[in-house]
Amino acid sequence: MRVRGPRRADNEGNRNNMANNGTYNYTVVRQFAVMTVIWGIVGMLVGVIIAAQFIWPDLTYGVPWLSFGRLRPLHTNAVIFAFGGSALFATSYYVVQRTCNVRLFSDGLAAFTFWGWQLVIVLAAITLPLGITTSKEYAELEWPIDVLITLVWVAYAVVFFGTLWKRKTSHIYVANWFFGGFILTVAILHLVNSAAVPVTFWKSYSAYAGAQDAMVQWWYGHNAVGFFLTAGFLGMMYYFVPKQAGRPIYSYRLSVVHFWALIFTYMWAGPHHLHYTALPDWTQSLGMIFSLILLAPSWGGMINGIMTLSGAWYKLREDPILKFLIVSLSFYGMSTFEGPMMSIKTVNALSHYTDWTIGHVHSGALGWVGMISIGSIYYLLPRLFGQTQMASMRLVTLHFWVATIGIVLYIAAMWIAGVTQGLMWRAVNPDGTLTYTFVESTKASMPFYYIRLLGGTLYLTGMLLMLVNMIKTIAGHKAVDAPIPAITPAHA
Amino acid sequence: MDILYLLVPLSVVIVFLIGVVFWMALRSGQFDDLEGPGFKVLLDDDMARPELPKSDANKAEP
Repeated sequence: MRVRGPRRADNEGNRNNMANNGTYNYTVVRQFAVMTVIWGIVGMLVGVIIAAQFIWPDLTYGVPWLSFGRLRPLHTNAVIFAFGGSALFATSYYVVQRTCNVRLFSDGLAAFTFWGWQLVIVLAAITLPLGITTSKEYAELEWPIDVLITLVWVAYAVVFFGTLWKRKTSHIYVANWFFGGFILTVAILHLVNSAAVPVTFWKSYSAYAGAQDAMVQWWYGHNAVGFFLTAGFLGMMYYFVPKQAGRPIYSYRLSVVHFWALIFTYMWAGPHHLHYTALPDWTQSLGMIFSLILLAPSWGGMINGIMTLSGAWYKLREDPILKFLIVSLSFYGMSTFEGPMMSIKTVNALSHYTDWTIGHVHSGALGWVGMISIGSIYYLLPRLFGQTQMASMRLVTLHFWVATIGIVLYIAAMWIAGVTQGLMWRAVNPDGTLTYTFVESTKASMPFYYIRLLGGTLYLTGMLLMLVNMIKTIAGHKAVDAPIPAITPAHA
Repeated sequence: MDILYLLVPLSVVIVFLIGVVFWMALRSGQFDDLEGPGFKVLLDDDMARPELPKSDANKAEP
């Protein structure tokens, strides 16, 4: 795997190009695309290990660095920020260049975002197993790493918005709105939630205390889901689904409405993570109402993406990349229906703290985020290395089926385990005592932990197939930076 | 819950800013054509052309 890609003589390509517009910066796209696959495997492997720890608690021989409590944040950080983050960087840099008809604003800053982000990931992989953590979920990294993240993110914003600024097209394609919204909001979320008082180099205390801290944490946590894991990946969806299908998005008008509706309503869904806690009751209800409202824009977007294939459904039969993209949308639809349902307080009384939540998260993560990224990276890789398609399309098809079966096993197992746990915990005898002890609910969940491990292992296997395919696609081929096409006056 | 005195105004400010951005985009004509851009993105041919020998030859040329 050629992460760095040979520094190609861009100028030669430049001279050949009749319009003399130069080339797109594919180098940084290539780097992030390749690392998406690598970090995907790492993050999912850690996930499989901790899933196995549910069955064999002594799997890692009691080594503290490899205990569940330390590996779990490593897993979430690796899949969200390393795998998902790299996919977002790769696709946003590609999409903003192609749709704005211009090279990235700054090659130097773009390279800085790549190496800076990789450094953040490596530091996370070292500090989390060592037990260095702020203990804030999805924001576990200590303050020096947070500072580095801030620097990288500012550079990312400069590169992205700088590229938009110098665009050669008058219209800003809708995917860029989603990417832009994601970049700005994540910056605000990160700054507010990571505010802390450093004590030593590797220890800090949150600027907020008690229930206040919990509120900030889930204001951050759910908006991270909304903007990092949804808006960014919707940007991906709005570019790669139409491109791969060869058809315009079902309704461009709806895609614009989707964007504005989503960002106007997302901000206050967070409190649904804190139902029946010390948080004021009205805040919980507000969180629930906003979560229910979110169903509308989410499903609007999902239908918009899937209906793009309207009249060309046969393409789904033959094209495994399209399979990934469209099935990811159906998982998006499923989890954005399930989410609002689970935010209803009466439903939440059953589902909260059970494995149902884990199932819900993975339906979104493996199904939506994972599959849209995998599909997009399969679209990108051949184009970045001067090929027309992946080395083996059969392997892509195999990856699709292995991954899909893996997800279905995973989420079905967690649904059953979660509802079982919820029902057992709330069961009360006529005399008011609990019917079941906690350990009985754990025992009842064991068969489903085996199924979950199997599902996760299948999904990881799919990623390994992707790695093999990627190496075969790249091997022996040059990294290619596409020339920037001249704009035809009619469209300028 | 003093924190709400930070989070609620922050959200209101953000929503206001989003509104301003929307208004500016609207006024600058970003949403005048809500059909064409969907097609236009397909006109950009980003397919790689595997003509490696040619580019190699070019590379050796100077």
